[in-house]
Amino acid sequence: MIDMIFLSDVLLPPLLEGLVVTLKLIACSIPFGLLTGILISTGRVYGNPAVSFLCKTYVIIFKGTPLLMLLFLIYFGLPSIGISLSPFIAAVTGFIICNGAYNSEYIRGAIQSVKSGQMVAALALGMTKRQAIINIVLPQALIRAIPGVSNEIIYLIKYSSLAYMLTCIELTGAGKIVASRYFRFTIVFLIVGLIYLFLVTIAGKLLTMLEKKFAVPGLIK
Amino acid sequence: MKDNIILRVEDIHKKYGKTEVLSGISFEVRKGDTKVFIGSSGTGKSTLLRCINQLTVPDSGKIWLHGEEVTHSQKSINYFRQRIGMVFQNFNLFDHLTAVKNVEIALIKVKKLNKKQAREKAMEELVRVGLKEQADLYPAELSGGQAQRVSIARALAMEPDIMLFDEPTSALDPELTGEVLAVMKDLSRNGMTMLVVTHEMGFACSVANEIIFMEKGKILESGPPSKLIREPRFERTKQFLCKLGELYGDIGR
Repeated sequence: MIDMIFLSDVLLPPLLEGLVVTLKLIACSIPFGLLTGILISTGRVYGNPAVSFLCKTYVIIFKGTPLLMLLFLIYFGLPSIGISLSPFIAAVTGFIICNGAYNSEYIRGAIQSVKSGQMVAALALGMTKRQAIINIVLPQALIRAIPGVSNEIIYLIKYSSLAYMLTCIELTGAGKIVASRYFRFTIVFLIVGLIYLFLVTIAGKLLTMLEKKFAVPGLIK
Repeated sequence: MKDNIILRVEDIHKKYGKTEVLSGISFEVRKGDTKVFIGSSGTGKSTLLRCINQLTVPDSGKIWLHGEEVTHSQKSINYFRQRIGMVFQNFNLFDHLTAVKNVEIALIKVKKLNKKQAREKAMEELVRVGLKEQADLYPAELSGGQAQRVSIARALAMEPDIMLFDEPTSALDPELTGEVLAVMKDLSRNGMTMLVVTHEMGFACSVANEIIFMEKGKILESGPPSKLIREPRFERTKQFLCKLGELYGDIGR
């Protein structure tokens, strides 16, 4: 028998508060994660050897180490060199770094799939290399990278729960507190899980719409 | 007469690895000239065109546009490229932009026209190549011939002093070739200065004032179509023209 009072009066209010924090974490991470991905991938493909090497190193480091370790370093490690971030900012910073590293791989692949003639034609019209990258290559690459970047956004929604480890009380954290206090882990985490499933489903739908909106005949069908 | 010279190409050399693709090419182009480059594949015709706007940087030699040096121009190369239009074999239209946006993007980003001016100019150019109706179609929705005409319009919109055509009809079937050649003939007759790499000898005979036969990175011989086709000086030129004749029928001998 499901205890309705427990659900509506005890569990729901903190979960909703946590959900708001989760949404804020995601909303702050997505645009900067995308921007980081664009910068890193562009630097890697078009930068001079030094820039390209730095971008590649960035990807190797942050793709190759656990996100949780990165979060701990940002939140617990940085104060030792005088940088103290709030749990929320520390979490968002970690998410952006990680999300950016993965995004950059999708975008790099997409940049490399743009036919070389596109750049040549842009240069022949008198565009600088920078103008050609910004106006011709990146728009095409980003359209092609939407499915990959969408996947990363879905992952981001789920790994945003790691913010709880930095005492940033988001959805999972709020659930954990209630579950421990009332010792009702099963029901609490089933509901938390359902909420994530709901978020991911909605995000998936929105991203598919976005993909359709930006679809260009011949570029992506 | 000397100030009528638009483009001067002076002893251009280019090597890829050990292969010398261009070994000392020189010629001059006067305003309103249409020069057609012929020769078998791998003789450096396309490389030569790409050297003119520095998409390929030659190893040595100089190129002058209106008396200003294009080679070694560093940053001002973008200024020269605006004045040298180029049309490619594979069209190279920007895949994510509609026909009209393909034409206007460089007007906005390079020539710094505002959006309204750019749109007007772009539509004007599309009308000129007979594609007003296709303005809002994407490259993938155009036929090859239409796509090539858009790419010509895109180059023309920059109001270049000279147009380079790199095998503009090689990727097209015969019917589509006709519509592209018609646009090019029109341009040539209206006084556009053009360098064309093509094997369309009908086109060459009707509008070129000089045909240049290239062989192994050099200009073997050149002359007005009537002369070069009727009485080529070299056996090699004769052979090549014969082969073209076999493939495309009588080429105006």
